Amino acid sequence: MTEAVREAFGHTLVQLARENPNIVVLDADLASSTRVVYFAQEFPERFFQMGVAEQNMMGVAAGMALMGKVPFVSTFGVFASRRACDQVAISVAHCQLNVKIVGAYSGIVSGNNGATHQAVEDVGIMRAIPHTVVIDPADDVETEQVVRAIVDYEGPVYLRVTRDVWPRVSPEGYNFVLGKATQVREGADVTLIGSGMMSSQCVEAAHILSQSGIEAHVLHMPTLKPIDVESIVKAAEETGGIVTAENHNIYGGLGSAVAEVLAEHAPALMKRVGIQDCFGECGGNAELLCKYGMSPQHIAEAAQAVLQRRN
Amino acid sequence: MSSLSEQEIHHLEEIARWIRCHVVRTISEAGAGHPGGSLSEADILTALYFYVMQVDPHRPEWEDRDRFILSKGHGAAGLYATLAERGYFSPELLKTFGRIDSCLQVHPDMHMVPGIEISTGALGQGLSVALGIALAARMDGRSFRVYCLVGDGESQEGQIWEAAQTAAHYKVDNLTVILDYNGVQLMGPVSEVMEIAPLADRWRSFNWAVMEIDGHDMRQIITALESAREIKGKPCVVIAHTVKGKGVSYMEGKAAWHGKPPNEEQLARALADLRCNVGEAHD
Repeated sequence: MTEAVREAFGHTLVQLARENPNIVVLDADLASSTRVVYFAQEFPERFFQMGVAEQNMMGVAAGMALMGKVPFVSTFGVFASRRACDQVAISVAHCQLNVKIVGAYSGIVSGNNGATHQAVEDVGIMRAIPHTVVIDPADDVETEQVVRAIVDYEGPVYLRVTRDVWPRVSPEGYNFVLGKATQVREGADVTLIGSGMMSSQCVEAAHILSQSGIEAHVLHMPTLKPIDVESIVKAAEETGGIVTAENHNIYGGLGSAVAEVLAEHAPALMKRVGIQDCFGECGGNAELLCKYGMSPQHIAEAAQAVLQRRN
Repeated sequence: MSSLSEQEIHHLEEIARWIRCHVVRTISEAGAGHPGGSLSEADILTALYFYVMQVDPHRPEWEDRDRFILSKGHGAAGLYATLAERGYFSPELLKTFGRIDSCLQVHPDMHMVPGIEISTGALGQGLSVALGIALAARMDGRSFRVYCLVGDGESQEGQIWEAAQTAAHYKVDNLTVILDYNGVQLMGPVSEVMEIAPLADRWRSFNWAVMEIDGHDMRQIITALESAREIKGKPCVVIAHTVKGKGVSYMEGKAAWHGKPPNEEQLARALADLRCNVGEAHD
């Protein structure tokens, strides 16, 4: 049974905390939404309710990390990145402290809360801060593995998670490796690179393309920083055309990261699917993906446009 | 009242005077730094590092050490001078302050200097980190104490009050805040730039224990910091009334000296005010 990403996050954190007494959780009055409430129920003495005050929460986490704790700072992605940006940069990243920042309800699919709660720039902000690792997992299986992996990794991490259930991209026996992309589908005509829940939309787009005789290669890129340069270069050399798909503004996120790699290492035709530099609004996930040009159909059309330009 | 003898107090005052000499020399030679706030905090830092805090300069990472966080990171020259006098590193190193490749950044970097607990300089952030250390220490049953020096201009930052409400909510009593209330910030008197009075009432209303002292009276500083240790069930702030640029006549109370280094002639006058001859060795 496929779980919602937030459920996978909440349950995994509890499992890890049973093994690792240094894990502590800081919450800004959103535990029932983000699902760190499971941790709060089992480990009340290691759960710190910080109230609606994210800047202080980030600094308190830094102080706890100095004492050898492994703090998970949990709030919505918008507040982790925008509200507490300077605290993330100076108290956490500049000091290279072992703080795990988890931005929930990320991107446009944020539980029908509208523009104020849709993190469309969090990856850009976090990626631009030195010493950070930025991860955007696709589904429940991968989220569980990512949470384990970032506890093993020593240093600041921004993990963005989504709220809902998304079709599984992770194959049987999947093993997340920090900084590595995963091949989800083989194909020689064009490459679709997705991050987060958009990778499942890429798989669907590949099916649409297949009906017109186009075989798309699909790469899932969970780690946005450090980006997997090798996989991007290989895909560009083998297929010649790239489409990126991200649950984020097309500036600063996956599309930008891939374009940076291509421009420096393997220039190739590309198009970026994502939020086209605008704020979002309320609506259901499918409605939003459709209206903002992020549906599988839109990804397929972007791939066809790349192929037309190449021919 | 502290049981220190007059002679012991005088000894600490002499150390503070030396720290001030280092401060003006360091900042003048570097052509960078913040003399006003580094001079106003000198007596507080002396009391902490030479009497109140349990620290070992030869083991800066000693896990049971008391922690000091300079939330007003622009007071770095004062802290470096104190650490050098206390033996964390050679005072010779002060000559590199603010220069390229120096470990002594104009705002302190925890990874570059022994004795710096956390990098600060973006105002408002240090108190939250101090609170995180205090909460983690309490969780682990550790008995050391956390001291945090906050600036008055810095108290205009909202994050300070987020941290204040959180420390009181969690009844954190292993944390002492010292507030360097010198009354002057970069653009002028605090009361004109953005009033923070009634400061003691503000902290009291956040459920903190509040003490007010003369931040240049060594006995008062030590007495306050010692009695803060005895307060249980709530955090404590010592509001230290100080003078910006204390000890250098032409800098005292002047906003112009918030972040301006003295030139050679001004340095000579500062050292004369501090009864410190140029080149004089300190034993």
